Amino acid sequence: MKFGVVVFPGSNCDHDAYYALGNVLHQPVEFLWHQSEQLNGFDAILLPGGFSYGDYLRTGAIARFSPVMRAVEKFARGGGFVLGVCNGFQILCEAGLLPGVLQRNAGMRFVCKQVHIRVETADTPFTAAAKPGQVLQMPIAHGDGNYFCDQATLADLEQNHQIVFRYTTPDGREDAAANPNGSLANIAGVCNRDRNVMGLMPHPERAVEAAIGSADGLVIFRSLIESLTRRAVVSA
Amino acid sequence: MLDTEIKVTPELAAEHGLTVEEFARIQKILGREPNFTELGIFSVMWSEHCSYKSSKVHLRRLPTRGPQVLQGPGENAGVVDIGDGLAAAFKMESHNHPSYVEPFQGAATGVGGILRDIFTMGARPIAVLDSLRFGPISSNVSGANALGGVDDETIARNRRIVDGVVRGIAHYGNCFGVPTVGGEVQFEPGYSANPLVNVLALGIAKKEDLFFAKARGVGNPVIYVGAKTGRDGIHGASLLASAEFTEESQQKRPNVQVGDPFMEKLLLEACLEAMQTGAVVAIQDMGAAGLTSSSCEMASRGGLGIEIELDRVPQREPGMTPYEMMLSESQERMLLVAERGREAEVLKVFAKWGLDAVEIGRVTEDGLVRVLHHAKVTAEIPAHALAEEGPVYQRSLAPPAPVAHGRLVEFAASGTDLTENFRALLASPAIASKRWIWEQYDYMVRTNTLEAPGAGDAAVVRIKGTKRALALAADGNGRWCRLDPFIGAQLAVAEAARNVACSGAKPMAATNCLNFGSPEKPEVMWQFSRAIDGIAEACTVLEIPITGGNVSFYNETLGRSIDPTPVLGVLGMIEDASRALGMAFRAEGDGILLLDGHAAAAGAPENVAKEFSSSEYARTIRGIEAGAPPAVNLAAEKRLIALLVALAGDDKLQSAHDVSDGGVAVTLAESCFASNGLSVRASLTSKEPDEAALFGERGARAIVSVTPENLAAVRRIAAQYEVAAVEVGRVARGEFRIELNGRTVVSAEVPSLADAWNGAFGRLLS
Repeated sequence: MKFGVVVFPGSNCDHDAYYALGNVLHQPVEFLWHQSEQLNGFDAILLPGGFSYGDYLRTGAIARFSPVMRAVEKFARGGGFVLGVCNGFQILCEAGLLPGVLQRNAGMRFVCKQVHIRVETADTPFTAAAKPGQVLQMPIAHGDGNYFCDQATLADLEQNHQIVFRYTTPDGREDAAANPNGSLANIAGVCNRDRNVMGLMPHPERAVEAAIGSADGLVIFRSLIESLTRRAVVSA
Repeated sequence: MLDTEIKVTPELAAEHGLTVEEFARIQKILGREPNFTELGIFSVMWSEHCSYKSSKVHLRRLPTRGPQVLQGPGENAGVVDIGDGLAAAFKMESHNHPSYVEPFQGAATGVGGILRDIFTMGARPIAVLDSLRFGPISSNVSGANALGGVDDETIARNRRIVDGVVRGIAHYGNCFGVPTVGGEVQFEPGYSANPLVNVLALGIAKKEDLFFAKARGVGNPVIYVGAKTGRDGIHGASLLASAEFTEESQQKRPNVQVGDPFMEKLLLEACLEAMQTGAVVAIQDMGAAGLTSSSCEMASRGGLGIEIELDRVPQREPGMTPYEMMLSESQERMLLVAERGREAEVLKVFAKWGLDAVEIGRVTEDGLVRVLHHAKVTAEIPAHALAEEGPVYQRSLAPPAPVAHGRLVEFAASGTDLTENFRALLASPAIASKRWIWEQYDYMVRTNTLEAPGAGDAAVVRIKGTKRALALAADGNGRWCRLDPFIGAQLAVAEAARNVACSGAKPMAATNCLNFGSPEKPEVMWQFSRAIDGIAEACTVLEIPITGGNVSFYNETLGRSIDPTPVLGVLGMIEDASRALGMAFRAEGDGILLLDGHAAAAGAPENVAKEFSSSEYARTIRGIEAGAPPAVNLAAEKRLIALLVALAGDDKLQSAHDVSDGGVAVTLAESCFASNGLSVRASLTSKEPDEAALFGERGARAIVSVTPENLAAVRRIAAQYEVAAVEVGRVARGEFRIELNGRTVVSAEVPSLADAWNGAFGRLLS
């Protein structure tokens, strides 16, 4: 099992994702330069947070055209697991691998704080080890995390259980005060229809040790590891 | 007109800020008349900002040595040994004038500049703190008119400056990927037309990977890397940073540089990677005075010369003159010296990161900085004379005319209910929660932040791969320094060190940012000199060497100086990161102790009113700024610091929070606000007037909470350190109540107090 963490020019959570996977979870992990054109040997790809290409033009808008994204698209179409965090989520939306867009925060300011998100479905490789309804504490740090899509897409997302996380209060209530950025329907993370690509604005890689504020992000990585293990057993 | 055709006259030299004597000195060094480009080069290098010509003679009095110091003042940043084969590089710098002219870009490039200073040393930046000073953002300070009055227009402008500066810091730090983990901010009328933006950055490197800006090896190539050179920021150092402001200063907007944090992030990664090749000999960032200072400083430190060809410099626009190129302060640029024959290794790294990297010259042995343009020599100056033999002034000093002492606080009758005054104090901008500011900063990227902003007295970041953590705090109080620069500066050192100790860290070194008015005024120089004496004494007693810093003079507009504002940044070490302490109360029933390093309680009664009149309470509630700063007792501070470090290291404390702005009452409240819904039942006894007992700001004190099992042990250890440990109450739930001499003087529900404290900033600024 091997994880790949993509490094775009301007990625700045790449080291943190690498540390979470390699040093905290002791998984094999390698950085993938944005000019990499093939992903052979990797079992899951993580697109980290940061300001790829300086967020110029629009968040994720330039990164989606980088060579590695062609490889990531192919990898995803083949059923590979792809996790996008923060800027990685924005890139996946720009690339069309996930539905919707991420707009400027409703408050028009960058926001960095601990938030609570509720697991809406355990039926993804990224949440298989979690319980539906479970509330996780994780930090956000973004200026453009305001999730939006049209009504038809939202209905689709609901119907197909593609909304993976919603912002809630610590006790799991979904209200406006718990929504840090104005996201439609309090959406914090979504997956694609095939459920192998997931993006979220909160940072699970910053929530892997109690000493730095929370260890709740571990459940996402553990789910991924379990899912990969299961898949390996099935295909063996 | 071509540069070469511009005739250099004494008048032109004067326009460049050079005195008659300085101009004569230039003629003597060169043995001829300087040309226009050379005049420009001398004028920036000999500007106050770059040459420290007025401060040098005073800075020599600061203690700079200690076994932990690997690099003292004089390099891009100070460096200390932090064990495990690692070194910490840290330094604070100001970007005051640009932040007034253009708050967003001024603050952003302030962050960019200090980050480059850190990674130039080979260290990866891991934390940033900001010390900010603004004019008032609120008129509802009781008696604001007594303090000179602030009109609505000024308040509105101050708010815009706050907003722009905060956005600028966030823009740069967040994108670059360094956590902004703390700092401090104060509001005083004197900063309305001259805000202060001081940025402290900390980086980590392996000791053997440290880099210095010292050219070596005649014939080695000089390589320019990073952003292209443009016409921005020309004369930033000399015209913006080394002259006072007038009404026309807004026209200096073109002198403010524009920052690109994305470019800087690429530059960081590429520089660190290039350094790993072993082919880089020396490196220096192009900050103030750009190409000029980087080339002449590297040459001078190495005792060599550097020759550069301007035609090869990557340029943003055509037709730039040598004068413009040498003086441009375009951001995100570096100059490095590589080993001859290994250039390709270095160039390859920069190409990978998509950055311009061009060989523009070579190291020479003649000791000259030689600048070629269109195959002609356009400047030729002895590097050492330019960098090190600039003017040094022993400017005259004179204490300011004694100000009328002003009305002192008359204390309320004993037993008066002070709850509403307390609530108003909690909502004053100086004391209210700064969450509105720090939530705009990414304070967690790099996943090392153990004590986030607002969680502890100091910011604490762990060092991955070791058991250790570093703590950082920055402090300064201009009001106290105005009343007494010697004591005010000592209090800044003491408070920063105390804050670091409250996080469980042993203070190990300091950096400073000295913000003052015009050095040409004897009373400003007197303030400066007294502040240096205060810092020197405090740092000597507390054994905290100063490893670097920055002097910012000419902080005045229309002839009015700011309050003298030395800001101290203290770095401390926590041997066991798991012992880092926050300020939050942790459990109901824990005992609360007031630790006081003073052997005897309180000062002489006649001094109480005088000292209290300089407090935040006196200002906010009574509209009085008078008297004197609290007397400082460095021996008491030292005892308290040693005790806090020992108790934290022994895991004896639940929380620690120093007593500062707003006194014991505010300290207790903040430990509640940071907690999970806890409160306090406190019972104090004091011979002081009630308000002084509750809100007085005498130093060398801290509030700690302790589990019932550990209370006896803490008392015993405190006695060993000769620190008084008085039990003042218990951590509770429900009502927040303080009794004084048996009478309840403050009582309120925590949420109502927290709302005043938490919401004040957002209400003023959103």
